[in-house]
Amino acid sequence: MSFLAIVLLVVRKDLVVEFRNREIVYTTLFFAVSTLLVFSFSFVHEGRAVEDAAAGILWVAIAFSGTLALGRAFERERQNETLRGLLMAPVARTALYVGKLAGILLLLLAVEAVVVPMVGLMFQAPLFRYPLTLISLLVSGTIGFAAVGTLFAAMLVRTRSRDVLLPVLLYPITVPVIIAGVRGTAALFQVDADLPMARAWLSMLVFFDAVFVTLALWTFEAVMTE
Amino acid sequence: MAKAFPVLTVILAGMFIFAPMLIVGAPYESTMGLVQKIFYFHFPSWMAMFLAVFVAGAASVAFLVRRNPKADALAVAAAELVVVFGAIGLITGPLWGIKAWGVWWVWDPRGTSAFVLWMIFIAYLLLRRFGGPGSERLAAAVALFGMFNVPFVYWSVNLWRTLHPKTTVVSSLPVSMGTPLWFSTAAFLGLAVVLLKLRTRLEHQRAALDQLFLALED
Amino acid sequence: MDFTSLSFTDVTRNFGRRRALNRVSFRLETGEIVGLLGPNGAGKSTLLSIAATLLEPSSGSIAYGGQPRADWLRGRIGLLGHDLYLYPELSAAENLAFFARLHGLPDVERRVSSALERAQLVDRRDDQVVGFSRGMRQRLALERALLHDPRLVLLDEPFTGLDDGSSAMLVQRLQELRSKQCLVLVATHDLEVIEPIITRALLLRQGKLAPIPPGAGSLRERYRRTSV
Repeated sequence: MSFLAIVLLVVRKDLVVEFRNREIVYTTLFFAVSTLLVFSFSFVHEGRAVEDAAAGILWVAIAFSGTLALGRAFERERQNETLRGLLMAPVARTALYVGKLAGILLLLLAVEAVVVPMVGLMFQAPLFRYPLTLISLLVSGTIGFAAVGTLFAAMLVRTRSRDVLLPVLLYPITVPVIIAGVRGTAALFQVDADLPMARAWLSMLVFFDAVFVTLALWTFEAVMTE
Repeated sequence: MAKAFPVLTVILAGMFIFAPMLIVGAPYESTMGLVQKIFYFHFPSWMAMFLAVFVAGAASVAFLVRRNPKADALAVAAAELVVVFGAIGLITGPLWGIKAWGVWWVWDPRGTSAFVLWMIFIAYLLLRRFGGPGSERLAAAVALFGMFNVPFVYWSVNLWRTLHPKTTVVSSLPVSMGTPLWFSTAAFLGLAVVLLKLRTRLEHQRAALDQLFLALED
Repeated sequence: MDFTSLSFTDVTRNFGRRRALNRVSFRLETGEIVGLLGPNGAGKSTLLSIAATLLEPSSGSIAYGGQPRADWLRGRIGLLGHDLYLYPELSAAENLAFFARLHGLPDVERRVSSALERAQLVDRRDDQVVGFSRGMRQRLALERALLHDPRLVLLDEPFTGLDDGSSAMLVQRLQELRSKQCLVLVATHDLEVIEPIITRALLLRQGKLAPIPPGAGSLRERYRRTSV
């Protein structure tokens, strides 16, 4: 079967499983919104948000809930050792990686579809001023975060202390993604939007995605064989 | 190579003894006075840290590709050096900052990038320590990602910081102070090499010990 | 690409300071059903994982018909692990269809139907696996492992949770595999059930493998004698 066919097969399976269960979607969504709320208390002073707080809080919510979702998604594959079932298939393992990545991406983008409007509401952020750039920032940032996260979560599946090690490993490596996401979004949200700046951050994110997805594809096979 | 090692160590010891004399003799920097001399420790520590980052990254790639345990020993030794030299840099930086400019931390691109890289390699060590058997290969992937992240971390922090107006604080490294600086840098890099060799040897011995434990079960 | 034998030569596997397998050597030929016996924690699952190419040995070599480990082997190996590898949220039919497609098998619908028949789960085909009893899951998991007509069949405690009827069915299934010239390695505790069908038995204890010699006495008696 072709690479793409395997990817689609895995994604479809993950979607069906999640749709029947909906545990990860509901809990991740709720967690993202709670994070928004909690961080708002820190950064809203006398009814007004600290400058750039909206962008910062948005990306923190994405990073935190993304980590949670990654952990849960792979915990599920661990429970019945279905990951082994996948690894026993005579398919390119990188196809499995891309399939899982696509599933996580869809989940995170769905969460963002709820969280971003909420941020817009709570902080009067101008979401529709440059919608394409904003969406591009969100998508490329999420891809960067999820690409590294999927690799790490997959490789930690049989590791002790995996729950705490995932964020420990993931956050420092994805610092450039967070910086670029926050600053790019802030550039769009600020009073006189700085579109060239946002585009500069976007290009950095795209570059990061290209490099790290490639790295992940190279290393996936090596880290999945024990 | 093995014969050169004790000779190197002796030369290095000599350099470390001689260095303070050079540092004392170096000219005082105009605005900061004596406290600037911490720079002779601060800058070489960062250099040693970056050397260690690339050694760790390269050794990790070798380990992932060829599964050679010697590569893994080198990688973990280098990662520990990243943390040690990084710590020296992160301690000397604020000490210098508070005395010279009245602030502990200025979020400058170089310092912040180094901090992030330091965190990545602490994460590497945490994974090896708490991940159980088989985590060496996973840690190698982390080191590899860390190494490739260096330009991105610097790029993003740099771009982030250039948005802010330059404060009155001098946030870039001063002009080279010549001989004492390069002497100190050479001494620190030499120290890094010596420590790498020692730690790698320790790692080989630990692996040999594991083999002995296993042989007991025969 | 195919193979007719499986051989382990001085295979050792370490986990940190623990030696799970210690210079294990054996050879399996087509048409054999070999029982892998031993106490818990002896290393049976590790041995099966290595045979399935999921785990690499620390030293020693494994040959499949003289050929070394390679990616194409995965399509010719069927592994049934202790944890069954089934998605609880999917139905029996969906689980089978997913793995059939993953293995790139043609004629998915027909294969799924016949597998469900053999597992006697036709009437439960659209029910989610989460609601199945252990025995039902075991039957389904076995069929999933055999869906792609593997040459090498590795079973880890396949009789767990099976009632007498299902047990008998499994025995029959194993005999079918033997006549199809498969290589079958079964790790189990159920000595009485396995005794009539195995061609020989191997004892794995503390990582070391020893054959259980044929001869007088039941399998259990010979097992006890070899263990001492």
